[in-house]
Amino acid sequence: MSTITQTVGAPDVRAEDQLVLDVNGLVVELRTPKGTLRAVDRVSFQAFSGRTIALLGESGCGKSMTAKAIAGLLDPIADVAAGQVRLNGTDLAALTPKERRKFAGPELGIVFQDALTALNPVYTVGTQLGEAFRIHHRLSAKAAKVKAVELMRRVGIPEPESRVDSYPHQFSGGMRQRVLIAMAVALNPRLLIADEPTTALDVTVQAQIMALLRDLRTETHMAVVLITHDLALVAEEADTVAVMYAGKVVETGPVREVFAEPHHPYTRGLLDSVPANIGRGEDLKSIAGSPPELHNIPVGCVYQSRCPLVQDICRTVSPPLEPSGAGRTVACHFSKELENA
Amino acid sequence: MPETLLPEPLLEVRQLTKNFHVPGAKGNNTLCALDKIDLHVGRGETLGLVGESGCGKSTLARTLLMLETPDSGSVRFDGVDPFGLKSRDLLAWRRRVQMVFQDPFASLNARMTAGEIVSEPWATHRDLYPTKAARQARLSELFTLVGLRPGDAGKSPQEFSGGQRQRIGIARALALNPDVIVLDEPVSALDLSVQAQVLNLLNELQQRLGVAYIFISHDLSVVRHVADRVAVMYLGRIVETGSTEEVFDRPRHPYTAALMSASPQLDVSGLAPRERIILQGEMPSPLDPPSGCRFRTRCWKAQDICATQAPEPRVSLTDPRHISECHFPLEHTDTEPEPLAHAS
Repeated sequence: MSTITQTVGAPDVRAEDQLVLDVNGLVVELRTPKGTLRAVDRVSFQAFSGRTIALLGESGCGKSMTAKAIAGLLDPIADVAAGQVRLNGTDLAALTPKERRKFAGPELGIVFQDALTALNPVYTVGTQLGEAFRIHHRLSAKAAKVKAVELMRRVGIPEPESRVDSYPHQFSGGMRQRVLIAMAVALNPRLLIADEPTTALDVTVQAQIMALLRDLRTETHMAVVLITHDLALVAEEADTVAVMYAGKVVETGPVREVFAEPHHPYTRGLLDSVPANIGRGEDLKSIAGSPPELHNIPVGCVYQSRCPLVQDICRTVSPPLEPSGAGRTVACHFSKELENA
Repeated sequence: MPETLLPEPLLEVRQLTKNFHVPGAKGNNTLCALDKIDLHVGRGETLGLVGESGCGKSTLARTLLMLETPDSGSVRFDGVDPFGLKSRDLLAWRRRVQMVFQDPFASLNARMTAGEIVSEPWATHRDLYPTKAARQARLSELFTLVGLRPGDAGKSPQEFSGGQRQRIGIARALALNPDVIVLDEPVSALDLSVQAQVLNLLNELQQRLGVAYIFISHDLSVVRHVADRVAVMYLGRIVETGSTEEVFDRPRHPYTAALMSASPQLDVSGLAPRERIILQGEMPSPLDPPSGCRFRTRCWKAQDICATQAPEPRVSLTDPRHISECHFPLEHTDTEPEPLAHAS
């Protein structure tokens, strides 16, 4: 058999979903020669077991910085300045690095975009896959290798017995991404953060990788945080979405409802920019201008310079993220007007 | 092929083949990057070229720009074979085909100003705008044309945003008034909102200047939006070509169908869960392509004949210009194509 078909976008019904990750008022600041910059500004969202939440936004919006802050992988110049990151009820930001490794190591897996730079070129794939077992389960190198082969089989890498001794450069892009996913799920984490996991891959390989992530989620009931700029990927893979712009969450809610009827003008602008939504040759409704630079974030609403609904209040008062219907929040002074626009 | 009734296309490629020699490769060391490619582009038309990494689309683009020499086959541009041209004629020809690159951060020299970058082609093609005043005037005109302020010509590329940089790249391509521009993934490095601005600009320029585009992209929704016709490539061959509507709504080659099915869609209606074809395995090495049909190792319709005989080009019954290479092409009995996603 060379092909399988899979149903995507079908509504799934599940029993109760548990809160796995609770991010509350997270602030990440960067110390730069230009002063302290706020890359992530009071970001809050939750991830539930067996569900996928997407952090959606364009480059520089702070989505990857949020992921790094959750995983404790911030660069030395970046600090968590405020807020809590609770994983299964424990605030990760309050732990020492050693406590954090011990607690969060097995509970939190992360998959990065660029699998070639994320893997160490001088160790075999098997050594890197077995590391988690050696450190957290104190297995011998030999036992860890057996586990590595098992993992490779689980993520669909053909001939794992012979390929376990290969080096990352001997794998194709798609297979490397499978290795990375295998590393992330090695200890059956409760939370998987996938940061642009398929951006570097071809579309047919992307489909394979997303199918694998979906299967693993179903199998282990882990919570998934999918970080992406791709609206269509969000529409097909995520249950809920948090739309980010210039370091802030501007809108959250169930994907279907947010995309069908956005409450924030930025979300609306993004949806209108997708070429699939308009006839050929017709002009796309692009968003004028570009996002503000971090050292130049305006007072008031972050979207004011590009917003068609902008009024005086937007230039002075930053709109808080407030409930706007069942399971939805929005940060806009004029979200009601958007419905009529 | 039943193309003879049409006026002669601007660019016509027949049976174009390009092999690379790969030293040190085990066994066979000839990599067939392009295998008997046939395609044509009309004046003012956009041909979308889609396919995954390593399928040969960039080699094809480079060959059309004469940056590679084909091993066999012919290229005719406005009735002449550019590979037969010498010195002055060749220089004059080069003007007519230009290129826009993918990464606007890597393709602009950081040590030159935006104005110097856009006017550099005139250093080679001196007779085009011989006086300094003419060059200055044309430079301002080009900046205005692509939506940049002429006053910003003295700035260096780093001072521009990604979208503006791509506008500089487009202005540079337009500087020699070409008939064809090869756009190699021109918007894939840009954010969605900026991508829409650049796509709108390209559309507007085509309508104003009548320039033809060869638009290479892996993003099918972008290609569907911009292209008049589409060619789908797999392992060095064009496996399907036809009008954009035909190929997208009634794909005949299983690879085209799989490619389309694999790209996520922004369908928020939530009414119709869709069956997705997930191809197994990966694209075989071009050093060792499968016998017969190149797609057979991943094809769910493959039979014995696919391993022994390469499929001949076949014409679709519904549209004679819709051609695919498959022994068992997909038939579309339903006249109603799948509805497009609408967000609003």
